Amino acid sequence: MTAVATESLLHATDISKRYGAVVALRSASIDVRPGEVHALMGANGAGKSTLVKILTGAVRPDAGRIVVRGQERSVHSPGDARRGGVVSVYQEPSLIPDLDIRSNLRLTRTPVDPFHHWLGELGVERLDLRRVARRLPLATLRIIDLARALAIEPDIIMLDEMTAALPANLAERVLDVVGRVRGTDRSVLFISHRMIEIGAICDRATVLREGETVGVVDVRPGSEQRIVELMLGEAAGEMRRDDVTTERAARAAGTTPRLATVDLAKGTKLRGVSFELHPGEVLGVVALEGQGQDELFEILAGAAQPDGGELRIDGETASFGHPADAIRAGVVYVAADRAEALLMQRSVRENIALPFSARFGSWGPIDTATEDETIEKAVQTLQIDARAGNEVRRLSGGNQQKVTIARWVRGGLRTMLCFDPTRGIDIRTKNQIYKLLRDLAASGAAVLLYTSELKEIELACDRAIVMFNGRIVNEIDAAGADEATLLRAAHNIGADGRGSELPLDDEEAAAAEARA
Amino acid sequence: MSAAAEVVGTGTRRRDDALAWLRRNAWTIGLVGFLFVLFAFTRVIQPRYNAAGVQGLAISVLPLALAAVAQAVVIISGGIDLSIGSMMALTSVVSATLMDGRSDEFAIAVVFGVLVLGLALGAVNGALVVLTRVPDIVVTLAMLFVWAGAALLVRSSPGGSAAQWMRDLVLGSLLVDVIPKATVVLLLVVAVVWIPFGRSRLGLSLYAVGSNQLAAFRSGVSVGWTKVMGYALAGLFAALGGIALTASTGIGTPVPGPYTLLSVAAVVLGGVSLAGGRGGVFGPIIGVFVLQLIRTDMTFLRINTNLAVVTQGVILIAVVMVGSLIEIRRARR
Repeated sequence: MTAVATESLLHATDISKRYGAVVALRSASIDVRPGEVHALMGANGAGKSTLVKILTGAVRPDAGRIVVRGQERSVHSPGDARRGGVVSVYQEPSLIPDLDIRSNLRLTRTPVDPFHHWLGELGVERLDLRRVARRLPLATLRIIDLARALAIEPDIIMLDEMTAALPANLAERVLDVVGRVRGTDRSVLFISHRMIEIGAICDRATVLREGETVGVVDVRPGSEQRIVELMLGEAAGEMRRDDVTTERAARAAGTTPRLATVDLAKGTKLRGVSFELHPGEVLGVVALEGQGQDELFEILAGAAQPDGGELRIDGETASFGHPADAIRAGVVYVAADRAEALLMQRSVRENIALPFSARFGSWGPIDTATEDETIEKAVQTLQIDARAGNEVRRLSGGNQQKVTIARWVRGGLRTMLCFDPTRGIDIRTKNQIYKLLRDLAASGAAVLLYTSELKEIELACDRAIVMFNGRIVNEIDAAGADEATLLRAAHNIGADGRGSELPLDDEEAAAAEARA
Repeated sequence: MSAAAEVVGTGTRRRDDALAWLRRNAWTIGLVGFLFVLFAFTRVIQPRYNAAGVQGLAISVLPLALAAVAQAVVIISGGIDLSIGSMMALTSVVSATLMDGRSDEFAIAVVFGVLVLGLALGAVNGALVVLTRVPDIVVTLAMLFVWAGAALLVRSSPGGSAAQWMRDLVLGSLLVDVIPKATVVLLLVVAVVWIPFGRSRLGLSLYAVGSNQLAAFRSGVSVGWTKVMGYALAGLFAALGGIALTASTGIGTPVPGPYTLLSVAAVVLGGVSLAGGRGGVFGPIIGVFVLQLIRTDMTFLRINTNLAVVTQGVILIAVVMVGSLIEIRRARR
C-alpha cells in the first residue's frame, strides 16, 4: 500500500481458531479503513464465516488481536460487538420468528424512525410493523435485517451474502445503499461470491485460503483474475483419477436418462433447472455455497417439493412426496452431515439394515440370517473398519460415510445423490469413496455428486453442471477440468476474466453456446 | 415513519390494531367461548349449579392457575419445569408454619419472604439448567425431589395455619356474588407481575430465546441470564401458588398435589407452544378453568371417576388437535 500510514477502522491480526482437530483459521488478518467497502473473499471452507463470527463476537478466537478505532477489543458476544459499533447481517436473518417486527426492533434497541428511513431507501415502502416475522417472505426479512443494522449507525457493518435470495431490483437497491458508505467515516465488510458485485462496489478485497489471509487486492477492472488465483493457491495434486471414462460417457449419452429434470423451480432459490443424469455416469455439480444445490438435492431426494417443473425417472414423470417415494424409485441420498443419515447410538449393522426394514413397511420379524449375509458383504466391499461397530458415532467420519453408502449399496441402488459426501474426511478415505462412486457407475448406476472441493470434480466425475444463483449456467467436461477453470465457472466468470450476470431470456442460449 | 404509513388515519389504525389484537389472541378468546359453553352445559345438567358453585370452582382452581402461569413462563422461554408442584408444597408449608399463631402484620412479612424464597428456588433451577447444560427436563425432575424433600423437612405432616386476612382475601365474592374474590385476586396478581414484565426487554428476550435461541443470541440477547430469569419468575408464581394453597385450605401441605402435570396440560390447552416462543399466561388460566369444570361436570353426570380421568385426557388431545389443524390451514393459505 502507500507509504502514508492510513488510519484503520478495524484491524484484526493473526486470528486463529480450531474446532477439535479441524483448523478453521490458521492466521487470518484483515484491515478495514473508514469509508471503504471491503470485500472478504475465499473458496468454500476458507474460513470466511469463522472470521466474521469472531469479529462479531459470536465465536471466540484461540489467538489474535482485534483493534477497533485504535482500541484493542475483546468481544464476548454479538451484544458486545454491537455496542462497540460492529454489526453483522447474516445469511439467515436473525429476526425472532415469533415476534412482530416492532418487538424485534425493540429487542435490539433499534430506533424506529431511522429504520423506516433505511427501509424506504432499500425499496421496501409499506411495511406493517405488527406483522409477525415468521409470516414474511425471506427477501423482506433480509431487507428488514439490513435496515435494522443500518438504523443503529454502526461503525462497521458486515454483510454476509447479502444479495443472495433477493430479487434483482432489491439487490440493486442494496448495492446502491452499501456503495454510499464510501467517503464517510464508516465502512462495510462485504462477503459475496458474485464477482460482479465485488467489482461494482468494493474498494479492496482480502482473500482467505485455508484459514490464512493470502493477499489484499485493490479492486479495479481485471483484478478478478488475481483474486481467483489467490483463492486457488497452488493446486495440490495428491489424488489421481484412476481411469478414463470418455468411452463410458459416450455410451451413456445414447440411453434414456435415469433421472431428468425439466424447468425445476423452487421459490427464488431454484429457477428453471433442467439436466439429465444417465446410467453409468458420475455427474458433478459445481456450485459455490447457496446457489440452489441444497434445494435441488432436497427435491430429488423427496425431502421437499418443487414449485414447478418436472422430474422424470427412466423417462417417466415422477413426483416424490416423501423420501420413501424416492427410495422406492431407486433414488437414494447420501448427505454431507452423517448425523442426518445415521442413528449414531446404534450399531453398524442396524444402520445398514435400517432403510430396507423400513421400506417394506413391515414391522414384523426380520430375517436375520439373510440380513447378516448381505450386511457382511457390504462391509467387505466398502472396506468399512467396523472394529468399533457397536456404536456408529465411534467410527471415523470416513467410515461413517461408508456406512451410509453401504446401506444403499446393499440393496442394489440405481441412482445415488451424493451431497458433499467427503466433507471433513481424510484423503485416503476420500479416494476410496471416489473409487467406490466410479465403480458404482461402472456397474450401471447413475451418480449425481455435489462437492465443495472443486479439485475432486476432475477425479470423480465424467461431466459437470455449473449452478449459479439458482440456475444451471454451464456444462463442463470433467476430464481435464482443472480447479482454476472450475472456480472461474463457479463464479460465473467468462474466459476473459470478467464477471457476467446472464440476462434471463438468453440464459439457455448462452448455456448451449458454452456447451458447444 | 415512512410517508406511506403516515397517510393511514388514526381511526383505521386503531381498528387495525384491534383486529391484530384479536388475531393474536384468537386462541384465548375461543377458549373463553368454550368455557362459557361449558358453564351453560353445567347449568343444563345441574340446574342447581349457581354462584356458590362458581365460587367453589374459583377457589379450587386458584393454586393450579398460578402453577399454570409459572409453567407458561418457563415454556415460553423454551424450557420446562417439573418441580413446580414441589416448589408450591415447599412454599406452602413454609408460609403456614411461619404464620402459625403470629400476628397479621407478621403474616404480611411472611408473604413477602416466601415470594423471595420462590424467586430463589426458581433461580436455582434456572442456574442449574444453564450452568450444567443438563437438559431442563432432567434438572427439574431432580429438583422435584429436592424441593419435595425440603418441604417434608419443614413439616412432616399437614399443619400450621393461614392468617385470617389471607383467607378472607380468597373466600367469598366481590360486589355481586357471581364474581368470586379468588378470581379477582388471581387476575390482579398475574396482571401486576406479568403485564409490566411482558412489556419489558426481559419479557421480549424470554419470547426471543424460546422462539429461536441462535437468532436471539445474534440479536444481542444474553441467553443464559434470560433463562435464569424465566425460571426465577416461574418460582415466584409457584410461591404465589403455594401461598394460595395455604390461604384456600388454611393449612400447609408438604406433599405436592398433581399440579406439575396438570399445569403442563393447562399450558398446552391455553395455546402456548411447547416448542417455546408463542403464547401468553392468560390462555393457560382459562385452560385451568376448563379442565376443572370438565371434571365437575363429570361428577354431576356421575361418570365413574377413573373413566372421567380418561375422558379428560381425550378432551385435552381433541382440543389441542383442533387448534393445530386450524393453525396448519392458516399457514397453508
